[in-house]
Amino acid sequence: MIITWLYYLIVAYVVVLMVWNLIRSRKWQEEVLYVVVLLPFVLRLLRLK
Amino acid sequence: MNALRKSVIVALGLVLAAFAGASFHASRFLKEPVVAGPSVARVATLGEYFAPIKGTANDANVFFLEGAKPGGTVLVLGGTHPEEPAGRLTTWILAENAVLDQGRIIVLNSTNRSASTVTRPSGAYPATYTIKTDWGGQTFRMGDRWSNPLDQWPDPEVYIHYPSKQNLAYMDIRNLNRDWPGRPGGTLTEQTCYALIQLINKEAVDIVIDLHEAELQYPVISTIVVHPKGLDIAAMASMTLSDEEFKIGMEKSPAELRGLSHREIGDFTKAVPLLFESPEPFLDATRGRTDARLLLEGKDDFVVRAGKRGLLFEKIDEKGWPIDVRVGRHCSTLIEVLSVWSGDHADKAVVMSGVPKYAEMIQKGVGAFLHDPAKADPKKVFFE
Repeated sequence: MIITWLYYLIVAYVVVLMVWNLIRSRKWQEEVLYVVVLLPFVLRLLRLK
Repeated sequence: MNALRKSVIVALGLVLAAFAGASFHASRFLKEPVVAGPSVARVATLGEYFAPIKGTANDANVFFLEGAKPGGTVLVLGGTHPEEPAGRLTTWILAENAVLDQGRIIVLNSTNRSASTVTRPSGAYPATYTIKTDWGGQTFRMGDRWSNPLDQWPDPEVYIHYPSKQNLAYMDIRNLNRDWPGRPGGTLTEQTCYALIQLINKEAVDIVIDLHEAELQYPVISTIVVHPKGLDIAAMASMTLSDEEFKIGMEKSPAELRGLSHREIGDFTKAVPLLFESPEPFLDATRGRTDARLLLEGKDDFVVRAGKRGLLFEKIDEKGWPIDVRVGRHCSTLIEVLSVWSGDHADKAVVMSGVPKYAEMIQKGVGAFLHDPAKADPKKVFFE
């Protein structure tokens, strides 16, 4: 259970990092990349897969 | 301008997430109705046999089909590997249609229910599949071979089977057919096996039938795998079926390979375990597009080409291996095993009717034997 909580904390941390980078980005290619990479992390946080 | 562009990109991402999320949600939460048939006397749950399972993903329904006359008890396990749908569909046909004259049949449609709520990562599996019926169709979860990592994780570097201490592949700690006989303090999948062993002992089960399917590149196919103490039953069933209906072999459970139902149930209980395998081209590594059509029709040009090059252990042609054929094989094999057992054990006979044999299943199709839950008495509808 502790490992599970740590795992979700790490996932949430990565999500925050990528959202932060998305906000700061000035290139549309990078923004698309961040959004695509974010998808599995968000779905993981929602415990959908 | 920058904010507008970001908003559009995020919105597109959310649309993608919604589509993917809907598919994953269907995999995990789709309810599959079972209309309890004429012989279903009661429906328990697996948690009643081992409390820690209660309320978990594997607290599966347990259907008790009982005849008027006392006799033997047969346990039928569907969904040990949910990605082998002929097994689960056969249990639906049993639970909804079987009429017991003597003895009992205990049916689990979702032996590893957790595994039925996920599909193989990166496998591009369909989330669900639908069996056509006169009343429209019934949709089932596709499922996977292993328990859902949402219910059991992390996996170890090496899975050490209990109690043999045999080293097995790491992910097989989530494979119900590598975890027998289970242990009370183990993982969810091990606890599920332990609960099933309690069920087998408490209900004095005589025969356990574990329904599976296999890829054509796997040598254990179109066969009955049996514990040594059930060799006579499997041999007679195999000979009779091969003579009268379709070719099916038999194999003795190897003593060196641990964790499998046909080995451990025989070693750790009084029951005789048998495992049925039917051919499923969907599972072959050389398959083409992995979709519900392939799952149900069993037709694949690449697998046919592999067969022409002598790479398969079962024949395949352009007709493929449709689901009706695969379920029909399981139904006929089950009927034959019951017949052989009952012939040799009159006091523990299990006499059943109402379940179609191979030819009838091919003629009418699986859907003809699924009942419309909308027209059934709500008290008789249970959800997997």
